[in-house]
Amino acid sequence: MRSSGANGWLSGCVRILVVSCLSTVALAQRTHSLSPTSIFAPVSTPARSIFGLSIFVLAVTAAIFVVVFTLLFYSVVKFRKRNSDDGREPPQVYGSNQVEIAWTVIPVLIVVALFMATARVIADIQKASLPANTIEVVAIGHQFWWEYRYPGREVVTANELHVPVSDPIHPTPTFIKLVSADTDHSFWVPRLAGKTDLIPNHPNSMWIDPQETGLYLGQCAQYCGTQHAKMLLRVYVQSKDEFDRWIQQQRQPALVNDAVSRGQRIFETTACINCHTVAGTAANGRFGPDLTHLMSRDTIAAGAAPNTPNNLRLWIENPAAIKPGSLMPAMQLDDRDLDALTTYLETLR
Amino acid sequence: MSADVITLPATELASRPIVARLHEWVTTVDHKRLGILYIIYALVFLMIGGIEACVIRIQLIRPHNDFVSPQVFNRMFTMHGTTMIFFVVMPVLFGFANYLIPLMIGARDMAFPRLNAFSFWMTAFGGLLLYFSLVGANGLYGAGNAPDVGWFAYAPLTAQTFSLGHSTDFWILGILVSGFGSIGTAINMIATVLCMRCPGMTLAKMPLFVWLNFVMAGLVILAVSPLTAAQIMLLVDRYLGGHFFDTQAGGSAVIWMHFFWIFGHPEVYVLVLPAFAFVSEIIPVFSRKPIFGYSVMVGATVAIGFISMSVWAHHMFTVGMGANVNTFFVLSTMAIAVPTGIKIFNWLATMWGGKIEFKTPMVFCIAFLFQFLAAGLTGVMLSAAPFTWHLGNSYFVVAHFHYVIVGGILFSLFGAFYYWFPKMSGKMYSETLGKLHFWLFFIGFHLTFDFMHVPGLLGMPRRIYTYEPGRGWDTWNLIVTVGVFFQAAGILVFLGNLLWSYFRGKAAAGDPWDAWTLEWSTNSPPPAYNFHTIPKVQSRRPLWDLKHPDDPDWKYE
Repeated sequence: MRSSGANGWLSGCVRILVVSCLSTVALAQRTHSLSPTSIFAPVSTPARSIFGLSIFVLAVTAAIFVVVFTLLFYSVVKFRKRNSDDGREPPQVYGSNQVEIAWTVIPVLIVVALFMATARVIADIQKASLPANTIEVVAIGHQFWWEYRYPGREVVTANELHVPVSDPIHPTPTFIKLVSADTDHSFWVPRLAGKTDLIPNHPNSMWIDPQETGLYLGQCAQYCGTQHAKMLLRVYVQSKDEFDRWIQQQRQPALVNDAVSRGQRIFETTACINCHTVAGTAANGRFGPDLTHLMSRDTIAAGAAPNTPNNLRLWIENPAAIKPGSLMPAMQLDDRDLDALTTYLETLR
Repeated sequence: MSADVITLPATELASRPIVARLHEWVTTVDHKRLGILYIIYALVFLMIGGIEACVIRIQLIRPHNDFVSPQVFNRMFTMHGTTMIFFVVMPVLFGFANYLIPLMIGARDMAFPRLNAFSFWMTAFGGLLLYFSLVGANGLYGAGNAPDVGWFAYAPLTAQTFSLGHSTDFWILGILVSGFGSIGTAINMIATVLCMRCPGMTLAKMPLFVWLNFVMAGLVILAVSPLTAAQIMLLVDRYLGGHFFDTQAGGSAVIWMHFFWIFGHPEVYVLVLPAFAFVSEIIPVFSRKPIFGYSVMVGATVAIGFISMSVWAHHMFTVGMGANVNTFFVLSTMAIAVPTGIKIFNWLATMWGGKIEFKTPMVFCIAFLFQFLAAGLTGVMLSAAPFTWHLGNSYFVVAHFHYVIVGGILFSLFGAFYYWFPKMSGKMYSETLGKLHFWLFFIGFHLTFDFMHVPGLLGMPRRIYTYEPGRGWDTWNLIVTVGVFFQAAGILVFLGNLLWSYFRGKAAAGDPWDAWTLEWSTNSPPPAYNFHTIPKVQSRRPLWDLKHPDDPDWKYE
């Protein structure tokens, strides 16, 4: 049976849309190997829903672009003034109501389709109901680092968020409450979810359910002051067992070790304790990162440098060398004290 | 007005000492001179803002670059954004509107010439105030010498706690003062359009240029007023112990965002409607056809004006507004694509069946169409809120709005410069240099802003003074920076062309383009009184009627 003209036209359009969707998906998913922060390599439900919507929107807009650009190109070439021009004015056309109605109604229909698809994804993500076994984390944005608290588990850490992997059949999503201690920040780990801002006096939340273990990167996405650039995000997605072990380990107080008591004394008698906490000792400041298990972290200075003894020592001596504009002051210690202090910090496992 | 005042011989003016001539420019209330002052002022700031852009791009040419410190980088992007929006694009558009509206409606001047001069000088002093921060902002604190809070200056970064010294104060005052100027000009434009039209020119016979600027002026009043209010509230916060935006005392950072964007989004249309205005004049003349669907174009303009007042919170999709509010702003934002699309189709239909001449102004307008189409479509992507949860505050957004402002507005502005240069200066520009300018700028624009979308999709946020290697952003940023140098070269050719043509160019006739609107019926440059006799019009293209008495437009409209 031959399809009628209108049907053929419609199915042609659908075919173009499907082909451009599929090719965009194929292209987009290759970007994972290009970048660890690609929005086109989702591993968590919110990021996946957005990915699906983005492919649809990209395909529709690409199709519009191709059609209109072709018209533009055609008219520029076809209606250019020729050398053989007779110098007479072309026919003067003032408009056409039928044509105007056509190119008003078609965009309206496209807008309706795009709107429905978008509204659905908004509801899916923002109105999702999470199961009872959801892990809760409070993320607190500071100039220029992240504090993470696990309510009910009595764990406080900084800059490196640990969450359990979520099984698609028995999901264990993580619910993140977002608050700010100072200016606006934004939590953006592209492979896990879209960004949500951390705004003082305006608590926000988001959720993720990463389905593959691994390290996911991101960074603060709302300008928050001088060192906005080096306020990096690291999310460690671990198997359930590993995550539980990590929680157990983080709950322990700091071990007191006589061999490093000199370094500890320096720590507790200088300005360090005004800002930093080491659980089980006199240090209980909250302005800077909790250092109780400092050595369990891969990086220091919100991901700006690997956590090596040399970097640690440099950081205490002159933070501006790693992160100019950081709110940690240079501690003005002599070499001997620096060594002792670094040695002490290295015992905080 | 007595006859001997308005027929002052030109030779006498030219021979007067430079101080006297400068004095005339400073004290002028002539809409044409004020228009040119606006334009020159904007070109100076374009150079400054451009240099700031170059510093930003050199710093980002590779990861962990240390061309400038983070402090300097943050000042650069704040000053770049503030300068380009408030002290380049707005003044240059006001300049063209000031110059052309009275000429196009057959008037001798704006409705309020003195208010016009006052508005220009307010805007001018606003810009100077902003840049005075470089010497004045240190204050007693030794803290920073230029604003570094970003051009939308989100609270609470602007609070005393986080912004010591006076740099933020200069930012506030510069924008506040120039805002008074903008509101004054907007009132003036509305009064001029409503009261100063020549006999026969009903609202439905005004050139589209005048219609678009008329709607723009309405938007300026609606958009700049809340910004002005917010700036005053911020000053109260900083100096009189107010707590509007002071989150440490229970104020709301989100309220500032609403205030800023209820200005900020209509502002986009304040900037883009005049760009549409240029295109709506240039495309018909170089296609040799009247604009297609005049009344639909007017309707679409008014629709854009209305809808643009209800889309502001699409800048705040990541702020945590809740699903329902987000959904509303998705709908309103997508809706505005419809009248904007109608405009693009009408311009295409105007070219369709015409005889297109590729003079420099037209070439810029064709590039405008293509680039504005792309910019509009990335805008549609961004209107899908979940997509913006990724793309908001990323380099994709930066690429998108530069596509609008550079690829759309600036390209049409260059078209306008070349199109009306003969009228304003009385000289023809160099077509060769014009084309060279076009190609340099076109290549530079696409190198920079096409490739800038990609790092955004790969997770690169804006406003970072440096970035980590290994994120897949390096090559893209390198290409983006290379494009900047092509653009800078293009701008230099452009300025060179203006200067060379002004001093050495061939004299221009009154109507070099065989055009149809009233400004081409008088001399180039027009005399101080614009028209020897006030014209009478019967149609939207009065000069077409004159040139084709056998086939006038008024028979068909």
